[in-house]
Amino acid sequence: MSAVNDIYIITRRQLLLLSRVPEVLIFSTIQPVMFVLLFRYVFGGSIDTGQPGGYVQLLMPGIFVQTVAFTLAGTASGLAEDMKKGLIDRFRSLPISQSALVIGRTLGDSLLNIVVLAVMGIAGYIVGWRPSAGLANVALGFLFLLFFGYALSWVGVLVGLSASDARVVQNVSFIVTFPLTFLSNAFAPTTGMPRALQYFAEWNPVSTMVAACRELFGLENQFGATAGSFPSEHPLTTSLIYMLIIMLIFIPLSLRKYRNYAD
Amino acid sequence: MKSVIAENLVKTYDKGNVRALDGLSLDVEEGTVLSVLGPNGAGKTTVVRILTTLLRADSGSASVAGIDVIKNPEKVREVIGLSGQYAAVDEILTGYDNLVMFGELYHLGKKQAVVRANELLERFSLTEAAKRPIKTYSGGMRRRLDLAASLIVKPKVLFLDEPTTGLDPRGRQEMWGVIQELVKGGVTLLLTTQYLEEADQLADDIAVIDTGKVIARGTSDALKKQVGGERLEVVVEQVHVAKTMEIVAAVSGHKAALDEGLRLISAPVSTGSAALFEVLKALDSAGIHALDVGLKRPSLDDVFLSLTGHAAEEKKEEIAEKKRGRK
Repeated sequence: MSAVNDIYIITRRQLLLLSRVPEVLIFSTIQPVMFVLLFRYVFGGSIDTGQPGGYVQLLMPGIFVQTVAFTLAGTASGLAEDMKKGLIDRFRSLPISQSALVIGRTLGDSLLNIVVLAVMGIAGYIVGWRPSAGLANVALGFLFLLFFGYALSWVGVLVGLSASDARVVQNVSFIVTFPLTFLSNAFAPTTGMPRALQYFAEWNPVSTMVAACRELFGLENQFGATAGSFPSEHPLTTSLIYMLIIMLIFIPLSLRKYRNYAD
Repeated sequence: MKSVIAENLVKTYDKGNVRALDGLSLDVEEGTVLSVLGPNGAGKTTVVRILTTLLRADSGSASVAGIDVIKNPEKVREVIGLSGQYAAVDEILTGYDNLVMFGELYHLGKKQAVVRANELLERFSLTEAAKRPIKTYSGGMRRRLDLAASLIVKPKVLFLDEPTTGLDPRGRQEMWGVIQELVKGGVTLLLTTQYLEEADQLADDIAVIDTGKVIARGTSDALKKQVGGERLEVVVEQVHVAKTMEIVAAVSGHKAALDEGLRLISAPVSTGSAALFEVLKALDSAGIHALDVGLKRPSLDDVFLSLTGHAAEEKKEEIAEKKRGRK
């Protein structure tokens, strides 16, 4: 299969780029680790979780999800950069599978996520994160996180190919990801939010992802106004549905955009 | 045989408000070099992007190496090489990395890709810089590497979109040398340029385009002839202008033109240096001392001016085109 080979070469290019600019990898991991430390020690003391092990147990799944959500920005700005340099024209004029460049890009960004998640897991362990579930469930949780990042990476493809400027890409990505990650259960229980926000937060894919991970890591989720709703009862299933919807919408849209991006 | 044929290509941007191509037709004979010459905004990049399958024309047809660009873009990509205005290589990667990667994408296999990369680096005098990231390269080196990347599999037709734009004179000379080498090797080349001298130097044939249409086509010499061969030019003091115009007109047999600011009198002549001698003699017997006198062969700038009625200048369309092209 030459398409598979093309994708493999592009993915490898991505990793080669990373190895040539190790700063990217370093800063991709420093930021989430900083978040772990900040939330753990700044807010951790004043948030009563009512769970054994304290705030850090709730926090880590939240930060994992936030970090993979930022894959959107990474993919988008990477593609915008390639476009600016005319690299996309070059790739599109080659006799290769036309989707190889974007598929390779999304896969490469997911591989980066593996490294980032591993570093964060270690940082979490150091500050007291101890998932009570078995190894298989924890591994499943991480697999889930990677899959979520991969789905969002396709949103990033569309953002990156649609924007006229790399700075716009940054802004758009942040406007999309910041409210989603904060209007959620990721850092604080939703029970304290106004009722309307609680509903939003409960249906927010970031929340369902966080809840799903907490479940897989052996925690119990807490709900306020929305207790008994479908996403709070079945966070795993809901998250899976979200990811499939995101991919079903954004993969075809992104590939179409890529094929006709100059028209 | 025609290696490139474009017929009646139309391309509009911004919902039809900007006509980048307005019924453009051209062709390139196998083994020859066609230069598409025009100012910014004339539609040069758009035509290259259509012929290299990057852009779809609104209407019209085009083929490259006998393959329909619109129906079979994948097949076209197998036989073309493209080097654009912006050196399109990964800056962070080394020259060697880039060429090996492109070689693999051309399905050469790792071993073959390495061999080919080294060959090309050698050929374009980049062996020493092979293991350095592209961002340390000079503008000329980047363009050479970009060109090398488009030659990994010997293309049947090579497209170079403004290969020397933005290069300093030395970089331009080097690039010309490289392209001339290629031409000697018998490549079929379509080259766009806004430098009249470049078209003159590199191309067998020139298509002058303006506002999305070909407005003249021919060899450099033929185009120059179209403007009217050589011109005799004389510069004199203000007081002698009227008399000198009479003398020049008499020798030329045509009406003499006057550039008042420069006090430059000129007229077309067909007898070359004999006419020059005649004018000098006539001026001498009239007691007029010429400040400057000479025969001028028309430049392609003159060609452009006489064909379009305006000098080669940047226009609004280009801004739209650039925006699209760079996105």
